[in-house]
Amino acid sequence: MYQYDAHDRQLVLDRVEQFRGQVQRRLSGELSEEEFKPLRLMNGLYLQLHAYMLRIAIPYGTLSSAQLRKLAHIARRYDRGYGHFTTRQNLQFNWPALADTPDILAELAEVEMHAIQTSGNCIRNVTADHFAGAAAGEIEDPRIWCEIIRQWSTFHPEFSFLPRKFKIAVTATEQDRAALRVHDIGLRLLRDHAGQLGFEVMVGGGQGRTPVLAKTIRPFLAAEHLLSYLEAILRTYNLLGRRDNLYKSRIKILVDSVGPEEFTRLVEEEWRQMPHDRIDLPEAEIQRIRAHFAPPPFEALPQRDAEFELRRRGDPAFARWVRANVSPHKQPGYAIVTLSLKPHGGIPGDATAEQMDAVADLADRYSFGEIRVTHEQNLALVHVRQRDLGALWHSLAELNLATPNVGLATDIIACPGLDYCSLANARSIPVAQRISLALQDLDRLTGVGELKIKISGCINACGHHHVGHIGILGVDKKGEEFYQITLGGSADETASLGEIVGPAFSSERVVWAVETIIATYLSLRRGPEERFLDAYRRIGPDPFKEALYAAH
Amino acid sequence: MAAQVITANRLVDGAVVYLSADGQWVQSLEEASVAEGEAAAAALVAAGDRAVAGRLVVAPYLIEVDRGPEGIQPRRYRERLRATGPSIPFGGGMKG
Ligand code: SF4
Repeated sequence: MYQYDAHDRQLVLDRVEQFRGQVQRRLSGELSEEEFKPLRLMNGLYLQLHAYMLRIAIPYGTLSSAQLRKLAHIARRYDRGYGHFTTRQNLQFNWPALADTPDILAELAEVEMHAIQTSGNCIRNVTADHFAGAAAGEIEDPRIWCEIIRQWSTFHPEFSFLPRKFKIAVTATEQDRAALRVHDIGLRLLRDHAGQLGFEVMVGGGQGRTPVLAKTIRPFLAAEHLLSYLEAILRTYNLLGRRDNLYKSRIKILVDSVGPEEFTRLVEEEWRQMPHDRIDLPEAEIQRIRAHFAPPPFEALPQRDAEFELRRRGDPAFARWVRANVSPHKQPGYAIVTLSLKPHGGIPGDATAEQMDAVADLADRYSFGEIRVTHEQNLALVHVRQRDLGALWHSLAELNLATPNVGLATDIIACPGLDYCSLANARSIPVAQRISLALQDLDRLTGVGELKIKISGCINACGHHHVGHIGILGVDKKGEEFYQITLGGSADETASLGEIVGPAFSSERVVWAVETIIATYLSLRRGPEERFLDAYRRIGPDPFKEALYAAH
Repeated sequence: MAAQVITANRLVDGAVVYLSADGQWVQSLEEASVAEGEAAAAALVAAGDRAVAGRLVVAPYLIEVDRGPEGIQPRRYRERLRATGPSIPFGGGMKG
């Protein structure tokens, strides 16, 4: 993992002490709320419906076991014994007291963590494929490049006050597990015909009120020029992006209004004029950072572990879990394990301090002390020997972290919604819970196959509803909670935006609506191999509309 | 005009509070001072401003309420949730 250098460490410690002073001045009355608000937001501290909320960055979704234990400790000591993992690969604490937050940040700094770049109109915490460094077919670990971007963007004087927040995601496989097309910039690492390392550069994606899929403005950018090219994009945006209208300030609106071709031309022109060598990192520095992401000391193992294969054939419950929650690893004899934070009827993304501590121990034992946070609000241990899968499965089951539902209909993304969020129109979590309970039969769940349900409590779309196969958006109708359903969205390499299927449903009817959509799919699919998304793309919305609305 | 109550978040911990009849900021909506009419509402707003200056609360505002057999009920759903806290149990993800 990447280790801070002395400069980084000092920077973070200085920020903690600076914030301690600001909190004291707020509590003593020297600072008003208007003065204090931007300062607290710069340190990840929000004021929500019932309490403050502290959002902690987990750069590119990677945690060490020591960091996860620290989060468990904070949850216990300063909060209410749990934390919430978000779609931005962050962790949120829902109940910190204002006076405690400097101490929390100081504790985080001890394990090289902080809450910087989790708020404000800056380049936010860069996200990555959560299987980075492990995924079969990967070009190289995308976190190398995330770290390069992190170092370049943290406190970049030119980009601390952008027109609006700015999100970058990086992947390095054909499969997109990081939702590249709904980021301000999506970067896919690849090699050209000559074997040279580079990026496909996608710009102008986003969700929220105006969902847009990012356009590829450069199919191949030589990797060594990444920073200068990003700087050219950011400069173009900083110069032309709108600051007068919050709803029009994202880069997606700029790309759309000038047109992707013209935007590309502007960026290329800016880039050509730049002194690349002043911005791009020298090869030696790239190598230095690369060395931090060297693979862990894997054992030389056969491709398939015989004992594991035997167990899988003999134990249907284990086989079910393997099928849903275990993914292929690039190293022979190893596997990637996703820990479901979606127990049936549970709160998507929540983990207790006890679970965090136990997962840290399991990571030490089975996965080189490393934990990943996925944007789908699960955790992952990405370097597990196949031989250890049986024992790990038992341990996870005891922790209620082995629900065999990853990628299935009850692996629901849900934002905090009106139970916590001051911007919400409606609740998300109880809807996720009710759907999850209704669909929890494991045979049925497996029978339905891959199905991504994503719920947001308002149009800000933190729950990614626009790219859910079934998207659910909470709306306020005369002070009551209603839910608008979209179908056919997808965040993967075949990204698409969902289409509104019709008028919103009441809270009582929303579970029925989801079940009706699933029943319609089951009746129309060509066979179990035709996934929901594929079937929807083939048959379109009409049969679903018919089933949902015709009788009324 | 509907009856009104003034609410805010407490500065130290962000907790939802209401101004009570005896001038305290309390967590129980039941104890809130209910204003009927404009003059009474204006008095609540003035008390809210003083509490902001006195570093007790953040961003006070009036909400509309009804008084019925179940006590004081906010009209808006959002305020009902603010009054009762999250509608889900915390932590661990398990229902119940
Ligand atoms: S989508 Fe809306 S309700 Fe949900 S967390 Fe984001 S801002 Fe809050």
